[in-house]
Amino acid sequence: MEKLMNEFSFGLFFWMLTIFILLVVLLKKFAWKPILDAVNEREEGIRKAMDAAEEAKKEMQNISADSERLLKEAREERDAMLKEAREIKDKIVADAKEAAQLEGDKMIQQAQATIESEKKAAVADIKNQVASLSLDIAEKVLKEELKDGAKQEKLVADMLSDVTL
Amino acid sequence: MALLLTVNAFAKEKQHGEEAGEKDLKTEIKEYIAHHLLDSYDFSLYSYTNDAGEHKYVGFPLPVILWDGGLKVFSSSKFHHGETVAEVGGNHYALYHNKIYKTDANGTINYDADHHPTNEKPLDFSFTKNVFFILLVSIIMFLIFSRMAKNYKNSAMPTGFGRLLEPIILYIRDDIARPNIGEKHYRRFMGYLLTVFFFVWIVNLFGLTPLGVNVTNNIAVTLALALITYFITTFSGNKNYWGHIFWMPGVPTPMKIILAPIELLGTIIKPFSLMIRLYANITAGHIVLMSIIGLMFIFKNWIGSPLSFALAFALSLLELLVAALQAYIFTMLSALYFGAAVEEGHH
Repeated sequence: MEKLMNEFSFGLFFWMLTIFILLVVLLKKFAWKPILDAVNEREEGIRKAMDAAEEAKKEMQNISADSERLLKEAREERDAMLKEAREIKDKIVADAKEAAQLEGDKMIQQAQATIESEKKAAVADIKNQVASLSLDIAEKVLKEELKDGAKQEKLVADMLSDVTL
Repeated sequence: MALLLTVNAFAKEKQHGEEAGEKDLKTEIKEYIAHHLLDSYDFSLYSYTNDAGEHKYVGFPLPVILWDGGLKVFSSSKFHHGETVAEVGGNHYALYHNKIYKTDANGTINYDADHHPTNEKPLDFSFTKNVFFILLVSIIMFLIFSRMAKNYKNSAMPTGFGRLLEPIILYIRDDIARPNIGEKHYRRFMGYLLTVFFFVWIVNLFGLTPLGVNVTNNIAVTLALALITYFITTFSGNKNYWGHIFWMPGVPTPMKIILAPIELLGTIIKPFSLMIRLYANITAGHIVLMSIIGLMFIFKNWIGSPLSFALAFALSLLELLVAALQAYIFTMLSALYFGAAVEEGHH
């Protein structure tokens, strides 16, 4: 112990204390604080990134489930739409057919009526022409027949003989 | 690298040992070891005797600062390694056993009955070899760590030397500070814990090099460190901490009265043990290592040198471990004491 006391140098103690406290203060400000802050920040960043990755993974799973569902829905919807379209098409075709039938019938009827009336007109015309022709012929025949008097007299006699009073 | 330096050290010791001559070799070695462990007023790496018989020192002098009725600053070269008396402003000073005493012009030292000098000792603030080295290590540490801190501004990952240092810093934070002090308070103490760990470690490692600087085997240095731990513990002590010291909960009242002085003494014994542990471990390591190297010159035969070399080599490796271990223990125990001081009551 006496050796220790003897060895003890106040000057060294004073300098050690001064320099060391100064070193602690300086290092704390210029080294330890920035270093530990940077390390903490980095660790925080890594933890956040890992959390985010986990979150993203979960979200991805959700999204894929969602898209699966959407796809299914879309497929169903498409099927329904196709079915509906087919029905509409069938209905339209059927309607069109019916309308065409009706129209056709109507046109045929009209045509028939027209033909009928044309025919009647034609017949009437023919009758008229026949009548006028007959008259012409009769006139010509009469003229021919009644050219000489004998024949006229005979005719009158014939006619008169036919008349029975 | 450290091994190479250690081997270098042997070479230098050898050089020194050889010129010791045929005098009492054992005493010579003993004195050399004692001298090596002491602080000194100049920075000398080694000394030798040249052909003309002159004692030469390789190194440089450091300023001596005394308070003796006024500030006296002069170069330690005036002492000529204790061989002459330094005359400053009409006062004379002489070195005796590595301490400065005020003497007359002839450098007379008066002794009392126990052969202790009775001369007046001026108040000594000299910038000694150890002070120089403490400052040097501090500057090196500041440069390394402030540069490392700057690197973090550019990238989140450490670069260069920082890659080696960051795991150590994280180890101190995660395995020393956090478990012992607690998540809530540990940040406050990180500055001191990191500084003390790296300081003690680096200084211990340099002590193993042949530079001949042994900072942590000075009781003044370890006292300064332990005192800082003591003051931080004392000033950050909360109600719970002081409650446990002066009025230990959960024991009968007479026991509380008995425990109070014991606990109070404990607060001083704890840093005291820190001081002695670091001092004793490093000093003992150096004495044993140098004694084994010294054996080489005592045996002087073909068994002695290789044996001494092998032993010294193994011990150097052990000392490398001790250097880090003592730094770890000092930091760990400091953290433990801080932890006790800020612990929240959970009763």
